[in-house]
Amino acid sequence: MSSSEVTTDGLTGVRPDRAARTGVTTGKRGRRRNGPGRDRRGDGAPTVPDAEFTSYYGLPVINAPVWAAPDIAGYLFLGGLAGAASLLGAGGQATGRPALGRVSKVGAFGAAVLSLVGLVHDLGRPSRFLHMLRVFKVTSPMSVGSWLLAGYVPLAGIAAASSVTGRIPRIGIGATAGAALLGPAVASYTAALVSDTAVPAWHDGYPEMPFVFVGSAATAAGGLGLLGAPLAQTGPARAMAVFGIGAELAAFERMERRIGMVAEPYSQGRAGAYVKTGKALSVLGLVGAFLGRRNRAVSAASGVALLAASAATRWGIFHAGLQSANDPKYTVVPQRERLRYRSSPGNDVTPPTDPPPLRVGHPS
Amino acid sequence: MTAVDIEIGHRPDLTGALLGDTDPAAQGGYRDHPPRMGFFTDTSVCIGCKACEVACKEWNAIPADNTVGLTGMSMDNTQGLGADTWRHVAFIEQRKPVAAQDPGVLHEGIDVLALAPNGSGTPPEQAGITPTTPGAAGDFRWLMASDVCKHCTHAACLDVCPTGSLFRTEFGTVVVQEDICNGCGYCIPACPYGVIDQRKDDGRAWKCTLCYDRLSVGQEPACAKACPTNSIQFGPLDELRERADERLAQLHEAGVDDARLYGRDPDDGVGGDGAFFLLLDEPEVYGLPPDPVVTTRDVASMWKHVGAAALTLIGGALAAFAVGGRDR
Repeated sequence: MSSSEVTTDGLTGVRPDRAARTGVTTGKRGRRRNGPGRDRRGDGAPTVPDAEFTSYYGLPVINAPVWAAPDIAGYLFLGGLAGAASLLGAGGQATGRPALGRVSKVGAFGAAVLSLVGLVHDLGRPSRFLHMLRVFKVTSPMSVGSWLLAGYVPLAGIAAASSVTGRIPRIGIGATAGAALLGPAVASYTAALVSDTAVPAWHDGYPEMPFVFVGSAATAAGGLGLLGAPLAQTGPARAMAVFGIGAELAAFERMERRIGMVAEPYSQGRAGAYVKTGKALSVLGLVGAFLGRRNRAVSAASGVALLAASAATRWGIFHAGLQSANDPKYTVVPQRERLRYRSSPGNDVTPPTDPPPLRVGHPS
Repeated sequence: MTAVDIEIGHRPDLTGALLGDTDPAAQGGYRDHPPRMGFFTDTSVCIGCKACEVACKEWNAIPADNTVGLTGMSMDNTQGLGADTWRHVAFIEQRKPVAAQDPGVLHEGIDVLALAPNGSGTPPEQAGITPTTPGAAGDFRWLMASDVCKHCTHAACLDVCPTGSLFRTEFGTVVVQEDICNGCGYCIPACPYGVIDQRKDDGRAWKCTLCYDRLSVGQEPACAKACPTNSIQFGPLDELRERADERLAQLHEAGVDDARLYGRDPDDGVGGDGAFFLLLDEPEVYGLPPDPVVTTRDVASMWKHVGAAALTLIGGALAAFAVGGRDR
């Protein structure tokens, strides 16, 4: 029951916490400061100005993806694994490492089929999955990817079947070559898939994302080879993992530096935990792969660590996208900065054909 | 309904297909088509009645939102556009002065008992309070704005749709064909405005059609029809742009310096909006992105980087076998 009363002198007994406060949640500048340790470029130049922005009651500007983590993050991982494993499979066959070839081909096909299951399961109307092949559009990486998978999965299947049964060897070789040709595309196009959105952490990282993805894919395929192939044949798998981790870490680092504050989700919250876990597992797997060169069990364990590292990275990238979509800061602040940059005297209007030079910060 | 002259397989001039000012219907393959239609939402006269939200829901038979309740943040309990909300009235309370919008409810110094003998026949000039003589302007204002799908010249949702479910109409608008949509959800994060979304129990993506069914028979969209203040104006985009420019000049002349047009410029990041706005504050105050860019503007560069990465992977694999060979 209310204790307030209306008297000729106005209201009395009003509880102060119930008084409407206007302009508190909106129309007010939210101030977020970056500490002195935020100079990520290390050249003394201010990288990120104070992120001061306005929003509509803190609600996100864009609608976040409705994709589910096990389906789509899993697909990013499995698609990468399949694509890179097809290369290892073909290489294993060509260089007389049949076991490595077999493991990689079977793994590639298995991962591809699993990823298809995830993709179809994630559809709002799974029974309409064939509608993906109604059209072909280069502006839609999902359309390109659907056609790519439509060609890749049967080839990977034939390659795996031939490798396991030893039958139809010639067709098997052809299919292996075909899968190895399409594999790199399968492993890398998913970067365009996530980048071709308005999700800040995904879109802004589009130049580096494909390199992160193929690196992560090579790490996973190397892990699979280490897990499944006998020691005598794991040399290329180990080297593949080294290449993968190197490419992934370098590209990731470059991306985080370049996109500035939009990269924050990659090191914060759930996404940050996944990314950190991925890096730790990469190092662990790499050390294990070299220490366990003469030990099958250690080698296999390091393979598992590398597979897990790749998966953790993909989950981290997936969640970073969601986090950046759900916080209006990552949509508003870079766009505001862009407008400020364009309107300040002496700066040309950014030519529409050029990729954004710097989404955030003072362009040097 | 008149037949639509669209040539299947007809390849339009693709110059400007991804950026800049262009005729979207012609880009979509329509040879002879009606003028591009759109909305001009003048938020300076919006009273927040939400008739547009209701009319839209009724005409398009949109189900009730899953969450029914009060947000507690403002008088806006709809929150934003989505699968089941194709018109959304934003409601903003600000500590900013605005003339002639003060409700003037605190009539201190008026003795109503002394006025009582006058009865209801008090001439307005003698009345202490009338609905049209507000008190002095305070430091408080309400902003109300009816948001809607922008029907972009370069629509990311349409560009990324892998099924061809989203298409460009002869009116230059963007519509989802619900019998085609398989609910892949790609259009949802592609939209720079957060317009389209998935209907949970249905699985498909839904958004404003600019009442394609009504347009096809020469009717105006339900929201514009229902708007009591003409805040929502419907018509050929060229006319609307002229009208908006006039209105903006009028407001600036009246001293409303905050007034600005949003989405009117054909050279912006989405090539201009088919549904554009007159706002009284920064776009982000209304939950709109200040400088949206269609994501597919960068798609060519994305594919180049993807290609380079794929080649890098092949190079890495070749190197792995070259190096790994020594390891045996």
